[in-house]
Amino acid sequence: MIYIFDGSLEGILTSVFEWFERKPGLTKIIAKERHQPDAFSKSFEILTDRTKADRVWKGLTTRLGRDWMRRVYCSYLSEKPEIHQDVFDFCIYLFQHPAGAEKNYGNAQVLSMAQTARKVEREKHRMEAFIRFQKTADGFFYCGIDPDFNVIPLLINHFKNRYADQQWIIYDIKRHYGVFYNLETVEEIEMDIDVSLLKKSNQHMLDEQETLYADLWKDYFKSTNIVARKNTKLHTKHVPKRYWKYLTEKL
Amino acid sequence: MSERLRDKLNILADAAKYDVSCSSSGSDRKNTNKGVGNGHKSGICHTYTEDGRCVSLLKILLTNHCIFDCAYCVSRRSNDIERAAFTVDEVVELTMNFYRRNYIEGLFLSSGIFKNADFTMERLLRVVKKLRLEQNYNGYIHLKTIPGASDELITEAGLYADRMSINLEMPTETGLKLLAPEKSHQDVIKPLGFVKNQIIQFKEEKKLIKSVPKFVPAGQSTQMVIGATPETDKEIMYTAANFYKSFSLKRVYYSGYIPISNDSRMPILGTQPPLLRENRLYQTDWLMRFYGFDVRELLNDANPHLDTDIDPKLSWALRNMHHFPIDINTADYQMILRVPGIGVGSAQKIVQARKFGKLYIHQLKKIGIAYNRAKHFITCVDTPYQLKDFQAVQIKGFILAESQSKYLKTPNEQLLLF
Repeated sequence: MIYIFDGSLEGILTSVFEWFERKPGLTKIIAKERHQPDAFSKSFEILTDRTKADRVWKGLTTRLGRDWMRRVYCSYLSEKPEIHQDVFDFCIYLFQHPAGAEKNYGNAQVLSMAQTARKVEREKHRMEAFIRFQKTADGFFYCGIDPDFNVIPLLINHFKNRYADQQWIIYDIKRHYGVFYNLETVEEIEMDIDVSLLKKSNQHMLDEQETLYADLWKDYFKSTNIVARKNTKLHTKHVPKRYWKYLTEKL
Repeated sequence: MSERLRDKLNILADAAKYDVSCSSSGSDRKNTNKGVGNGHKSGICHTYTEDGRCVSLLKILLTNHCIFDCAYCVSRRSNDIERAAFTVDEVVELTMNFYRRNYIEGLFLSSGIFKNADFTMERLLRVVKKLRLEQNYNGYIHLKTIPGASDELITEAGLYADRMSINLEMPTETGLKLLAPEKSHQDVIKPLGFVKNQIIQFKEEKKLIKSVPKFVPAGQSTQMVIGATPETDKEIMYTAANFYKSFSLKRVYYSGYIPISNDSRMPILGTQPPLLRENRLYQTDWLMRFYGFDVRELLNDANPHLDTDIDPKLSWALRNMHHFPIDINTADYQMILRVPGIGVGSAQKIVQARKFGKLYIHQLKKIGIAYNRAKHFITCVDTPYQLKDFQAVQIKGFILAESQSKYLKTPNEQLLLF
């Protein structure tokens, strides 16, 4: 049996609901845009239904602690093609076994959830570290990123709590959306202009002190290095090269 | 004006970089009244220098003028280097502007001693007070306790700082006396003990009265310079273990000595810093703190030095082969932790997973243990039956053959001629 769904988390949860209604046995779920019809297997299109999804989510919360609920959500945010199936299988596995089944790390889905979530959390943590705000002339702090996973939803709380007194924008260049904090709330934004402040042509949009502090930071980065201990391998392990294009000190 | 600021930053960051303490963890200070900054429980490393060390705090000296003449220190009185000093406002501006751009996790403020201890401590205190009270800054602050400063000043500083530290500098009193005759370990022990007692006292009071402020919430740390004086690894780690125990320290840092002078008492200029040794000491430190090892198991009179070719956990296991192999499906958590190739995360997963059924090799591999290393010390359901009982040296040979040390650039095997 193949379930075709819309690719959203609600879609997966609805699929879980439908599966328990029908019990069709071994089931593959696949997002609509990835689906290629074949002649031999039956397929069924899932219509995402908020109430059904909510019931499954509520069911999960009675079985899982907060840390595991977050793992399920994080795994979904990884946007890996195979993760839909794993979340789906994990939910079914969980509902079919007595409470506490999520601790069975010998089970493939449990391990996949734990490991994928860990990767996403690592990416989230890297973003908390590697985001470099640039102050614009009108007082906003802007940063563009292109993380491996869709981690912006996980970043909001951290930045909202930390930079409560400054307006900031974090924009995901790859996924074409971002978040803006207006000193009260965080809202989602979409921009269709190229706002990369790292470009020379956009330098006039920056605050007049921005280059001074960027230079001071670069100086600091250089002077705090101990040349006698040079260890490039370790350096690139901690700061992988794909992030360099956003790091002020590596530009 | 900005040119002078850049010069100062270069000089005073350069002078502060030999202090290896970098952590920004342990404090969960909240951002109150819509200020800026908060603590992050596990800390954040914002970038890494090319030597692979993390940069999480803006680590600077207030000044590198110093009345002391410690042979191992760059800022010693007799050293002919450029001197500089920040004003209080400059430090505050730098910290705030770096912090707002998410460059750093907080401030690490240290200083050379000018005039006297109290005068210096009072200046440091002025910086942190300005940050906390005027700028409404709630980010991380690591402050050096200046040995010899008055109790009142230290107590006040503790109310604003997240972590405080004093460096032990040399692992033994004799080493210290050799290189810094003006100092003694007593100068360090007194304030460390004072702050420790204050922390306990504030915690006790907080249990009764909720409004008692935080006092050094991220605890204290210290640092030892390794390789400047001829201590054994045993002496170093025993000192560390003793300080962990007596002063509830959060961290002891080991800093490989980087030759900075032609002083005949120390390694000559151009000597390679003891990076491998430093690494082994940190491994031992971790085994003590997270793996339930007692320092006497790892280092004792029979083994005063750590092995260079293998890590201390493996070398402990090889010395104690009578404990192994252990059965993964029945052994204690504490014993699983001691298996080379199994870390804390994997050990916890194993203990949880085996409640659901016996574990097989493929599951252990997926959980993430270093199986090729661990296989000599464990059995599980489908471990192949082995008639041969390998000796410790043989196992060491197997493990060394398939692993590549990052420190041994040239393999020490002889090349074959034909």
